[in-house]
Amino acid sequence: MKLRHSTPLIAMILFMAACAPDDAETVPEDTVENRHLNILYWQAASIVNPYLSGGTKDIEAASLVVEPLAHYDDNAGMVPILAAEIPTVENGGVAEDLRSITWKLKPGIVWSDGTPLTAHDVAFSGAYCLDEQAGCAALASFTDVAAVKAVDDHTVRITFDVAKPWPYGPFVGSLTPVIQREQFQDCLGARAQECTAQNFGPIGTGPFKVDDFRANDVINYSANERFREPGKPWFRTVTLKGGGDAASAARAVLETGEYDYAWNLQVEPEVLAQMVAAGKGQVLMGFGSQVERLMVNQTNDDSNLGERRSLYLDGANPHPFLSDPAVRHALSLAIDREVLVEAGYGDAGRPTCNVVPAPSRYASVANEACKTPDPAEANRILDEAGWVSGTDGVRAKDGTRLSILYQTSTNSVRQATQALVKQMWDAIGVETELRNIDGAVFFGADPASPDTFQKFFADVQMYTNNFQGTDPEVYMAGWVCDQDPGPHNQWLGTNIPRGCSAEYDDLVEQLSTTPPGDDRARIAKRLNDIIVQNHYMIPLIWRAAVSARSNSLMGVRMNPWDSELWNIADWHR
Amino acid sequence: MIRYITRRLMFAVPTLIAISFAIFALLDLAPNDPTGQLPLTIPPEVRAQIRESLGLDQPFHVRYAKWMEQFFVNEPLNLIEEAFDVEIGDSSARPRIRSWATRSPVVDIIAERMPQTLWVVGLSYVVGILIAVPIGVISAYRQYSWFDQIGTFVSMVGFSVPTFFTGLLAIILFSVMLQWLPSIYDTTHEVTDLTSFWVQVKQMLMPVMVLALYNAAQLSRFMRSAMLDNLNLDYVRTARSKGLRERAVLLIHVLRNSMIPVVTMIALGVPTIFSGAIITEQIFRVNGLGQLLIVAIQGADIPLVQTLTFLFAVLIVLFNLIADVLYGILDPRIRYD
Amino acid sequence: MPTELPDNPRTHRSLWVDVWLTFRQHTGALIGVGVFSTIVLAVFLGPFVHDVDPQYLDLQARNQGVSLSHPLGTDNLGRDTLAQVFAGGRISLAVGFAAMFLSLVLGTAVGTLAGYFRRLDGPLMRFTDLFLALPLLPLLLVIIMLFRDTLRNAFGPETGIFLLIVFVIGITSWMQTARIVRGEVLAIKEREFITAARSIGTRERRIVSRHILPNALSPIMVSATLGIANAIITESALSFLGLGFPPDFPTWGRLLFDGANFITITPARVLWPGLAISLTVLSVNYIGDGLRDALDPRLRDT
Repeated sequence: MKLRHSTPLIAMILFMAACAPDDAETVPEDTVENRHLNILYWQAASIVNPYLSGGTKDIEAASLVVEPLAHYDDNAGMVPILAAEIPTVENGGVAEDLRSITWKLKPGIVWSDGTPLTAHDVAFSGAYCLDEQAGCAALASFTDVAAVKAVDDHTVRITFDVAKPWPYGPFVGSLTPVIQREQFQDCLGARAQECTAQNFGPIGTGPFKVDDFRANDVINYSANERFREPGKPWFRTVTLKGGGDAASAARAVLETGEYDYAWNLQVEPEVLAQMVAAGKGQVLMGFGSQVERLMVNQTNDDSNLGERRSLYLDGANPHPFLSDPAVRHALSLAIDREVLVEAGYGDAGRPTCNVVPAPSRYASVANEACKTPDPAEANRILDEAGWVSGTDGVRAKDGTRLSILYQTSTNSVRQATQALVKQMWDAIGVETELRNIDGAVFFGADPASPDTFQKFFADVQMYTNNFQGTDPEVYMAGWVCDQDPGPHNQWLGTNIPRGCSAEYDDLVEQLSTTPPGDDRARIAKRLNDIIVQNHYMIPLIWRAAVSARSNSLMGVRMNPWDSELWNIADWHR
Repeated sequence: MIRYITRRLMFAVPTLIAISFAIFALLDLAPNDPTGQLPLTIPPEVRAQIRESLGLDQPFHVRYAKWMEQFFVNEPLNLIEEAFDVEIGDSSARPRIRSWATRSPVVDIIAERMPQTLWVVGLSYVVGILIAVPIGVISAYRQYSWFDQIGTFVSMVGFSVPTFFTGLLAIILFSVMLQWLPSIYDTTHEVTDLTSFWVQVKQMLMPVMVLALYNAAQLSRFMRSAMLDNLNLDYVRTARSKGLRERAVLLIHVLRNSMIPVVTMIALGVPTIFSGAIITEQIFRVNGLGQLLIVAIQGADIPLVQTLTFLFAVLIVLFNLIADVLYGILDPRIRYD
Repeated sequence: MPTELPDNPRTHRSLWVDVWLTFRQHTGALIGVGVFSTIVLAVFLGPFVHDVDPQYLDLQARNQGVSLSHPLGTDNLGRDTLAQVFAGGRISLAVGFAAMFLSLVLGTAVGTLAGYFRRLDGPLMRFTDLFLALPLLPLLLVIIMLFRDTLRNAFGPETGIFLLIVFVIGITSWMQTARIVRGEVLAIKEREFITAARSIGTRERRIVSRHILPNALSPIMVSATLGIANAIITESALSFLGLGFPPDFPTWGRLLFDGANFITITPARVLWPGLAISLTVLSVNYIGDGLRDALDPRLRDT
């Protein structure tokens, strides 16, 4: 491509030769092209500062540049990155009373501008996010943090207001990286919004630095020569392109071979399989904690109720038929999860009966029966509970028909799942009306909108949820009785099904004081079982993160617990 | 004419203010939310705080007034400062319109997107016109000939098959099967020599053609119908009977008169270039203004959507005026008074 | 043509008989009528011949090719493509025509008023600008948020969403028609025969309905034919964005969109809905051509 030719035709031929599929997967040549990595995210990054975004695309784009003290690895363990080791109670890093954690930095780490990394940078990063006016998206990781203080240049101590059995919130994982104090010191609080240069080009300790950032379009990176590991990263430059949709992103890696890596490919399994058959790349999967589930409304969502619609009201507003455990049980029994997986997910999903399917230490094995659908049993349960088929084939009792409004966000796989579930419920005499809502509305928390998942103006709704990091405490604490969404908390409550169990609330209390170990795992499993066996939530599919890489790209370790690009320094051809 | 134009321009000011208010109110009413696309692992209280940091907790009129000030005072002042390299007042104390998603000035993002939008969408518009006018003229002149029938068929298919489909078809054919053209547009590519120019041509070819076909389909129908209307008029008969050559009749008299509605159509369509082509940009990842707008709408990035759509409104009002003036120039029967 | 004319051209004959007589001279239009009625008949009577439930998911028969039980194959959930095309056609045609009609009425009314009455021109055209400038997507979100539940309660989920979508498409697509009609009216207004009509004291209303509108018919017809295609495609874009019909309602546009990624696996899924849209638009276009010729007073009287 360096040659100059006078006629475009020759140039064209040469260009095509250069871009033709690499049949020569020989010894990696040390050319500029070969040492360049092309990554495709179909959602483009809008900012390179995770604290101000919280969006996966932005966090991962930033993870090439700024790093946390420790990463989660692909087995849900922790690996020290900027820290010398992971603090525990055993090695004295975590205080006996569980109220503080002390991190020691690896010696000799420098920022890409050559200045040394110190504990003051870590303390500053904490102050940056904790400032109330900053609108920090990672604030949840700092829950109960009293202060982040530098003890000396290489030691930082985080203190908590309460005993914190799981103190690995701040600075573990790509959501909460360490940013440079020198660069960001004028960007505290409300001024965070105005620091465009900093937000688009943070100075980091990571393997790459930002050369050119175009919001919502493309980022060009080049290698950080001061990266602490000699000889890394192998790639000299990286392009992270955004835009388009998942299917075409998969095509660019698997069929045309224009790109080396594509992220988040939720595409129908047969389409993906056909692309893989082109032989240019491979699909990677990582099973984290994502579960596609049905939320079963325990409150009455009748639109004639006006102000009382879908409010818990201390149990005074029960759902006309979903409050009957028999109905909920039957709904779950009627669903053939294997079929849902096969039609919409392929290898990227597995049937599950748990809302916490991983890490394995927290995954319950008490609910496996639901993987075998049993419509006959479901029919029997409904008969026994007094729900009898009417002339139209829909079951009813005392004039209440089993007619369900089933909503979810707009997404072709979700709509396929909806159609399948509708048919399965049809077989047990339950009528279903489907509705899909634009994701930005459904997942938005606009209190004026009737269509958010928090409002839950439907009988059943479906979406995927997961938890940050590898510990489910915060996640499960969201489903206690007094977290029911309503006007009293601006509809911000997290107990979406509005189910309530005293035993559950007690166990959540216990979990918050139990350090990691067998007890903690036992309690977490029991919490999962209460939710699932009451069928407040009906788990359907354990979903994997799906990405694709070209055949020539080596060293990728798919990580569902942290940024997928967490080990990009090790990637090579 | 001058009086007419000044009067129209004076009318434009209240119109634009009304439009800006309508857009702002609409965006405010819309139920999507800037935190709607964040992962569910971010708890509701944090979302509430993010909204607060964006100024969403302020009342409607305060936010609207702020935007008005930023758009009509601050940003023009910044532009003047940049253009003439002078400093007017304290420019750092003047808040700029900032996108909620990128936290950067909206005007800068729009400027960054201009080149690829003008190249791809603008060029496709020109190509579309160049295809549509001859097809329309010939189809009308030889009405119900084979050329007309095929032209009608192709343009109807072109119009009725959406670009999300033709684009996909083109990618499968030219990128996957033949491997001739890249399926991803490189917005950072710079043309420095012949080779890089050719790369640029190759990456523009598919999006431009897909869009051009769609534009041409519509325009050629209007061209044909306008030609047909004129071909039957008395003046054509008169011109022919005067013994004018057929070519002169057709190209000088009929074409000129038929172009009146078509030129209006073309002028009115120009603003759509700036609004980008959402679907085509998405398919080929051109990431121009259309993609910017759709991403902003989906993410409820109100400052960005508001500014973009308002600029779009300014263009619409402007090109409406241009179209009306053109009408008067082309059709002497219309008088402005 | 002369054979059709009565001996005395002054004999009073209804306008529509005239129109029909000219219309049937137009081969393209007749073919258009033929194709279009075939599509309509197929879509409404087809389900009686091929009585497969378009929503039945047969997981044993996913992504199948052409067979006797599934003449056009099946989709990735085992739904019968032919049955879906029939069902989708009923909705798409209904939406296409209703929305086109609404936008045509609105556009023609605004355009004629603005073009004919100078006093209304400014305000009406600025109003048009406003609609052109409004971003479509947020507008849709707002309309749907405000009216969906009300309409659902009043007309049931299916009719309610149908009315909503027709309304939404109609209200967001009339502007171009208005502009074109206004331009045409402005030009016609200056023609001699209007001056003549006015000089003999013809009422304004009659001038508009008898002289202006018939002469502006050809751009209106083009708008109408394009409007149908536009409505069918806009509907597919709405479904795609989750603002259209519920997911278990097939429409042609939606079938085309859903099938796009499967083009290399089951081409029939995109071929037939795509062809159906194109043929509908094409035949309507030819009918429009014929109607225009038939309605053109100059052509008729020669």
